[in-house]
Amino acid sequence: MLLNREDVEKLCLLSRLEITPEEMEDVSAKLSDIVNMVKQLQAAETTGVLPMAHPLDQAQRMREDKATETDHHEKYQQNASLVERDLYLVPKVID
Amino acid sequence: MHDATIAHLAQSLKDRTVSSKELTKHFLERISRLDTSLNSFITVCEEEALAQAESADERLATGDVTPLTGIPIAHKDIFCTEGVKTSCGSRILDNFISPYDATVVSKLKAAGAVMLGKTNMDEFAMGSSNETSFYGVVHNPWDTTRVPGGSSGGSAAAVAAQLVSGATGTDTGGSIRQPAALTGITGLKPTYGRVSRYGMVAFASSLDQAGTLTKTAEDSALMLQAMAGADERDSTSLSATVPDFSKVQKGAWENITIGVPDNFFDDSLDTKNAQLVKEALSVFEKLGARIKDIHLKHIHLSVPVYYVVAPAEASSNLSRFDGVRFGHRSEHAENLTEFYMKTRGEGFGSEVKRRILTGTYVLSAGYYDAYYLQAQKVRQLISQDFAEAFKTVDVIAGPTTPTPAFRIGQKTDDPIQMYLNDMYTIGAPLAGLPALSMPCGFINNLPVGLQLIGPHLSEEKLLKAGYYYQQETDWHNFVPPGYEA
Repeated sequence: MLLNREDVEKLCLLSRLEITPEEMEDVSAKLSDIVNMVKQLQAAETTGVLPMAHPLDQAQRMREDKATETDHHEKYQQNASLVERDLYLVPKVID
Repeated sequence: MHDATIAHLAQSLKDRTVSSKELTKHFLERISRLDTSLNSFITVCEEEALAQAESADERLATGDVTPLTGIPIAHKDIFCTEGVKTSCGSRILDNFISPYDATVVSKLKAAGAVMLGKTNMDEFAMGSSNETSFYGVVHNPWDTTRVPGGSSGGSAAAVAAQLVSGATGTDTGGSIRQPAALTGITGLKPTYGRVSRYGMVAFASSLDQAGTLTKTAEDSALMLQAMAGADERDSTSLSATVPDFSKVQKGAWENITIGVPDNFFDDSLDTKNAQLVKEALSVFEKLGARIKDIHLKHIHLSVPVYYVVAPAEASSNLSRFDGVRFGHRSEHAENLTEFYMKTRGEGFGSEVKRRILTGTYVLSAGYYDAYYLQAQKVRQLISQDFAEAFKTVDVIAGPTTPTPAFRIGQKTDDPIQMYLNDMYTIGAPLAGLPALSMPCGFINNLPVGLQLIGPHLSEEKLLKAGYYYQQETDWHNFVPPGYEA
C-alpha cells in the first residue's frame, strides 16, 4: 500500500480528524487507491503551462473598505454549544 | 396540479384558477404520502411554506408578480435558510439553525417562491449516489432499489416524483447533472460565478456552482432568472449582465454547430446509452443543427485533476467545522487538539474524512508541486481544449453518465468506481463552463441524460437548445410509475 498506518496517522493529526483503529486499514487502503489514481497526472506534459487561478481569468473584485455588517454575536452564538460571558468556550489550552 | 411545469403553474396562478395555498397544500400532502419511500427531504417546512403561500396569494392579487410567485420549490440542504436547519447532509451540522439566508434563498424568496423544505444530499455534496448522507440514502423513484445520483439526489428525486415543481442544487463535479440524468429530469449547472455562492456551504470553492433541477429547460430558465447575478457578498460572482432568459421560448431556433467529442463515447459508455445520445443528436440535426466530430485531448485526465483540486479545497474549507462556534461538539476530549480530532471524527462520515485526508495529503510539504500544482496545470490544459473547440462549435454534446442509475450499495465499497461515474460531467466545472442535462430516453425503464456544454455565460444558448429539443421529444414528460397520482 502506498500509504501505511504511520502516514495516515500523520495526515489525521494535520487534518485534526480522528480515525478509529477499526477504520484504519480501510482508510489506508482506499486513500492509497485514490493517490494511485491521481498519480497518472504526473505523466502529463505541462512544461510552460500556467496553473489555473480562475476558470474565467477574473481577478478578485474589491469593495470599498467600509463596515457593512452590524453586530450579530447574540444571534450567531445561539448555535454554539458552550458560551460564557459572550465568549466561546474551548477545552483548557494552557495549564 | 403536480404534473404541470412551473411555466404552466405560473399562468394558472396569474389567472387565479389556483391559489398558491392550494398548490402548497397539494404538494405538502404528496410529500407526506410519498416521501416515505424516497427519503428526498431532510426537513419539511409546513408552517413556513403555508405562510409564504399566503403572502404569495396576497401578492398575486395585486398583480405585482414574477413567474415564480406562489410556486412551491425546495432547496438542497446546502443552502443556508434563516431559522431552518441547514445540515448539509452531515451529523456535524445536525443541530445547526442558520442565522441567515443564502443569496440564492433570499433571491427566490424575493421572487415569491414558496419553500416546502430542504432536500437530502450527499454529505457536504461529496458523493455521486446520495448514499453518504447522515440522513440515509435517497431512493430513485424509477426504481427504489437504485440510487438517484448525487450529490443533489434529494432535489432530483423530489422533482422526478413530482413532490415539488422545481428545486435548487449545486454542482461541483456533476452534482446537478448526474442526478438529473439518473432521475429523468432537466438539470442546469450555470457558468462558474453566474449565481452567488454566498450562504452555500463551501465544498470546493473554485468549482462549486448553484443551479436548478426542473422538469423542463423552460422551467430552468425561469428559476435561473431569479437566481443569477452579481452579489457583493461573493467576490467570485460575475458582474456580467444577466440576460432575459425568458427569450428561451420566444426566440426562433438558430442553427448551431454541435461538437461531439469522440472521448465521450469510450468503452465506459453503455452501448444503449450511446445509442440514445446519438438519437438525441439526430433530433438536433432534424432541427437544422450541424454535427461536428471533435476531440478533447486532455479530458481523460479530468477525474484525477478533480480528485486533487476538489479534496484540496475541501480540506481547507471544512477546517471551519471545529465544534466551537456551531455544529456537533465532542464531549470526550481532554485538550484542544483531541477536542478538534474527536469532534470532527464523530461529526464527519467516511467519504468526507477520505476527501479531507486526500486534500491534506496533496497539499502537504513535499507533495504540493507534484499533485496540486500539476493538477491546476492540467486543469488549464483541459480548459484550453474546450476553448479551442468552441472556436468552431457552439455547444458540445455527449452523455451525462456512462450508465443509468446503479443499485444502492453497488459502488459504496469502491470509491474509484464511484468517482468514475462523473467522468463526463467533471470537465465542465473544471473549466467553469455551463452545462445542461436533459432526459433523452430509457434503458430498461431507467432514464438517461443528454449533456450539452457551452462556452462561458452561454446559459441562454443551452436553455434554448434544451427548449427546442423538448418541443420535439417527450422524454421529459415521463413520470415514474407510482408517482403519477
